[in-house]
Amino acid sequence: MSGSSNIIAMKKIVQQLRLEAGINRVKVSQAAADLQQFCLQNAQQDPLLTGMSSSNNPFRPQKVCSFL
Amino acid sequence: MAAEKAEIDALKKECDGLRTKIEAARKAVNDSTMTDAAGGVDTVGRVQLKLRKTLKGHLAKIYAMHWAADSRQMVSASQDGKLLIWDTFTGNKLIAVPLKSAWVMSVAFAPSGNLVASGGLDNICTVYNIKSASPKTLRELDAHTGYLSCCRFLSDSEILTASGDTTCCLWDLETGKQKIIFTNHIGDCMSLALSPDGNTFISGACDSLAKLWDLREGTCKQTFSGHTSDINAISFFPSGNAVITGSDDCSCKMYDLRADQEVTGYQDTSLNAGVTSLALSNSGRLIFAGYDDFNCHIWDTLKGEKVGVLSGHDNRVSCTGVPEDGMGVCTGSWDSFLKLWN
Repeated sequence: MSGSSNIIAMKKIVQQLRLEAGINRVKVSQAAADLQQFCLQNAQQDPLLTGMSSSNNPFRPQKVCSFL
Repeated sequence: MAAEKAEIDALKKECDGLRTKIEAARKAVNDSTMTDAAGGVDTVGRVQLKLRKTLKGHLAKIYAMHWAADSRQMVSASQDGKLLIWDTFTGNKLIAVPLKSAWVMSVAFAPSGNLVASGGLDNICTVYNIKSASPKTLRELDAHTGYLSCCRFLSDSEILTASGDTTCCLWDLETGKQKIIFTNHIGDCMSLALSPDGNTFISGACDSLAKLWDLREGTCKQTFSGHTSDINAISFFPSGNAVITGSDDCSCKMYDLRADQEVTGYQDTSLNAGVTSLALSNSGRLIFAGYDDFNCHIWDTLKGEKVGVLSGHDNRVSCTGVPEDGMGVCTGSWDSFLKLWN
């Protein structure tokens, strides 16, 4: 096991950690509020939340009425 | 020798210092929890979706499925050695693509609808033109040294793959060559998802980490830990600011990208089965997670509570998907059937 390849690997790990350590972080309370707001603002456009009528349901065959 | 050991010790110390710094920075912004913030939000009540169609046609376990951008066609992959393209409105099979290798683990539909891709234990991502008279192999992307666990098209000219060789890769479909190789995971990559804005993607791996990558620079921007076993499924929250993961540790987690940490966990003591797949409803409010217990459980993203279940499969739910128009959920199973619910 070459010593210098260990050093190269370690240096890469250090470089990656430096990158990750350097980012700006937003408060969880703010992040959570934004996620919540997105859900609530888009709720009406979410068919799985609001439900849909048979005539709008693409997976349900429309009942056909015929005059006898 | 002594000089090398000294250098390695110094680097190790720097690593430890940086890890401590990251944890401290995360703690410093950890001023609340998602569930606290969602205290004032109405519950969604019991979410009871109905089984609308069962798609029969595969002869063996289904491992993967992917919706087309038109929210009507869908492709599924089975270890019976076939890809099937379905019209989900009628339940009809439109096209069957025979595979060179039956050991398929992933399938993807290109946004244009012209191409599909699949791959698995053959380590190859094969791209097919399904608009020709009969499905034609367009490219065989052969460079991974481990199984192909996931693939997603960016367009008809670029595709992203995740592999058991611990790397993800961006390929140029015009040349069939690798453009960028994303290395940083230390375990098999199991799943990937593209961000809504197309600039980044996330990967989940057997090292129990989720990583956010810059698609053009090739760099890993953030790493999320917390799971205690393989991450099998990963998806972006529709705003692009959070990531949801599903793991063999029987839990799902939501990580916020801007807070750089886990903000909610989705687990239940009665649930002792690994998560295989997941998909979100269009507002992000509901998580549909497929489990080894043959069910797809539904979670309220904000409140962290289980709000429903899709029961009907006779074996593990291996894949789950919600189409772009959000009109339903598709589950695929080792029982060889796909089911459509809404």
